[in-house]
Amino acid sequence: MLQSSISQMSRNDMNQQEEQQRNVRTHAIDPDIINKPSNRAMLDNEKICIEVNNFSFYYGHNQALKSVNLKIPEKRVTAFIGPSGCGKSTLLRCFNRMNDLIDHVRVEGEVTLHAQNIFDKSVNVSELRRRVGMVFQKPNPFPKSIYENVAYGLRIQGIKNRRVLDEAVEKSLRSAALWEEVKDRLDANAMGLSGGQQQRLVIARAIAIEPEVLLLDEPASALDPISTLKIEELIYELKSKYTIVIVTHNMQQAARVSDYTAYMYLGELIEFNDTSTLFTKPWQKMTEDYITGRHG
Amino acid sequence: MISVRLKNWLDSGTPYIWLNAGAVSVSVLLVVGLLTLIAVRGLGHFWPKAIAEFEYTDAAASITRIVGEIVEQENVPRARLAEIDARIPDNAEYIDRYLIKTGNRDHLGMDFRWVVATGMSDLAYPEDLVAIERREWGNMYGSLLALKIDGKEDASAGSPVWERFQQAIASTQLLHDQIEYIEKDLIGDINYRIERLRLRQNRLAMSGTNNQLALEQIKQEQQTLQQQFDSYTEELSGLYAQLAQYSITVRISDGTEVELSLGQVVRAYQPNAMSIFGKIHFYIEKLWEFVSDEPREANTEGGIFPAIFGTVMMVLIMSILVTPFGVIAAVYLREYAKQGMLVRIIRIAVNNLAGVPSVVYGVFGLGFFVYFIGGNIDELFFSDTLPSPTFGTPGLLWASLTLAILTVPVVIVSTEEGLSRVPRSIREGSLALGATKAETLMRTVLPMTASAMMTGLILAIARAAGEVAPLMMVGVVKLAPSLPLDGHMPFLHLERKFMHLGFHIYDVGFQSPNVEAARPLVFATAMLLVLIIIFLNLAAIHIRNKLREKYRASEQH
Repeated sequence: MLQSSISQMSRNDMNQQEEQQRNVRTHAIDPDIINKPSNRAMLDNEKICIEVNNFSFYYGHNQALKSVNLKIPEKRVTAFIGPSGCGKSTLLRCFNRMNDLIDHVRVEGEVTLHAQNIFDKSVNVSELRRRVGMVFQKPNPFPKSIYENVAYGLRIQGIKNRRVLDEAVEKSLRSAALWEEVKDRLDANAMGLSGGQQQRLVIARAIAIEPEVLLLDEPASALDPISTLKIEELIYELKSKYTIVIVTHNMQQAARVSDYTAYMYLGELIEFNDTSTLFTKPWQKMTEDYITGRHG
Repeated sequence: MISVRLKNWLDSGTPYIWLNAGAVSVSVLLVVGLLTLIAVRGLGHFWPKAIAEFEYTDAAASITRIVGEIVEQENVPRARLAEIDARIPDNAEYIDRYLIKTGNRDHLGMDFRWVVATGMSDLAYPEDLVAIERREWGNMYGSLLALKIDGKEDASAGSPVWERFQQAIASTQLLHDQIEYIEKDLIGDINYRIERLRLRQNRLAMSGTNNQLALEQIKQEQQTLQQQFDSYTEELSGLYAQLAQYSITVRISDGTEVELSLGQVVRAYQPNAMSIFGKIHFYIEKLWEFVSDEPREANTEGGIFPAIFGTVMMVLIMSILVTPFGVIAAVYLREYAKQGMLVRIIRIAVNNLAGVPSVVYGVFGLGFFVYFIGGNIDELFFSDTLPSPTFGTPGLLWASLTLAILTVPVVIVSTEEGLSRVPRSIREGSLALGATKAETLMRTVLPMTASAMMTGLILAIARAAGEVAPLMMVGVVKLAPSLPLDGHMPFLHLERKFMHLGFHIYDVGFQSPNVEAARPLVFATAMLLVLIIIFLNLAAIHIRNKLREKYRASEQH
């Protein structure tokens, strides 16, 4: 409530200028628009978790992200929306350096996690990925038992104590709202679960190692509506403990689950604002076109 | 009209289905036919054949009495026989002739004899004819006349001579087992320990230190061993004397009466008097002997257990060597090596290795493993036994290693394929949980590749178990004095030479002094080799299916 009123106020203050901007209606990316501050979110009352500064990303000669500036607040849900190929997944995968796996990639600028540049040479990538967990578009449980899936990250860390593992598994499965469904068959193969259950298992697996940030890459796109709903409820539950960044194609979903939303287009951040403002009074014409379905 | 229908028929794809089905059925027929042939010819050998007795008038018109098993019947065109045998009737176009196993090689000069049907008369199968399997000189056929103990005819018991003979065989068999136990196990053990002492003495002498105490100790131990040895030889001579007490008199086909010591007899039977159950019992007994006993008489009699053991042993050691080697190579090529020109060339080279003739590997194994590595091992670790080599001579280890090199391309290729089938999402899932690349490999990727590795191993086993050519250079022998596994430290003797079924087939079939006697054994051994390969493969396939069940995911994505 407080946030939205603040943004409301700020909006009124700058009303005149902005009204002019909004009248420039064009589909192509107008340099004028880009040069204006796209970052409209008021984050003064938020702790910042991830900060993206002038960040560019290249696949070979192909620039996928163009000088993105973004601040992701702690313990909030931030959604990335935009048409396919706009670079939202690429940006998300930069946060835990998943893109390192691809050959011939190059980065410029920096991404900081609690003020530390994650692309610094001194950063241990495995350590970073423990702090920044990730859930992928398609459920990808390991072909092991449900228990072993959840305990995987802990075992990697060398934890062998059965009691510690048991507790962590139960806690994570409860947090992922899966415990009641699988508590009797923890030793069953995870591949036997339904798609929605598998995706919640993967979330449980990610939170078992207690990361600071949880990256969700279209976590519900391969699921049916009921499973989607469960995942959304889960995201709502989890945001009290984790900073969540979610990429989604589904604008209703972004509107439902997120606190902040970033709209990206062709590798550029077009607009970033708190979700209610972005969806009700988008600053940029392009954003409005996209969310109303006229574009993308 | 017809051409249109023909075109329709061709377009429908039916001819190709027929073509495929035809090819498959031809393959199946070939395999079934091959297996049936070797099974029939091999397994028939152990069935007790009737002993025939007849008068034979040969080409020179002299009459002989022949006793023996009819082994083979042949239908020969008249023209072929007319030249050598004038008695052939003019009206017959084809003449039967028979191969008779007459046995009694020591008395008649040969085991087998061809006879022409026209010369045979008074063919009969008397029930009292005896076939006696001997430890030397092959079978003896004839009628049993008397059983003698200490040179005197033993008529006291009153029971028929045949029954007393069987009892005597049983007791001499016991004596024989005892002798074998003493000779092989006890005296063998003493010989082994004496050899160890001699080596210790050598080492002491070579080290130059004049350790009187140790020398004294060795001398003492040698003495006790020598005493033991003497007592055993004494016991042995007693047993031999006991064995020599028994003898039998047999009248063979030409009417002479022959004395035979019972120590020579393995078993005796009267096939003409046997009931069908008796024959089945005999058959099972012979079959069991074949798979469980050691060979006799230049491998043409007795069993082939050492060859079975050697084959299985070699394949197992080969599997243990080839799997880690192939898997590590494949992991490096697929996961770590920078994909480029060099890796492509290496991959092509690896694939082509599978096409190198196996005998080339044999030469390589002999030159590199046996002489170079083995020779160096001997110099470093077994210098006390030189100049007699330990590892510097063909042996089980080198044979297994040579075959491992021969089969490693198969394992590499199939493991690489397995690795490429593990979905990217699984690797990413593991990496996203903070696992390093190595941890991801060990905990997730490799277990999911296990079934592919097993597939590679199955192919490797199938290839390795059938190879003979390279083995002849790196460790297989006609007759190995001892198994590579025994009760002496270190139990598994990788440096020993061993017997192998494939080589056994070659040896018995082509190098045997008695080809006719050995031929059925070639088939029986071939069948056993096929069975063992099938068994090894089934075991590996079973393991693979279990693994596949466990890591089902790789099939789903």
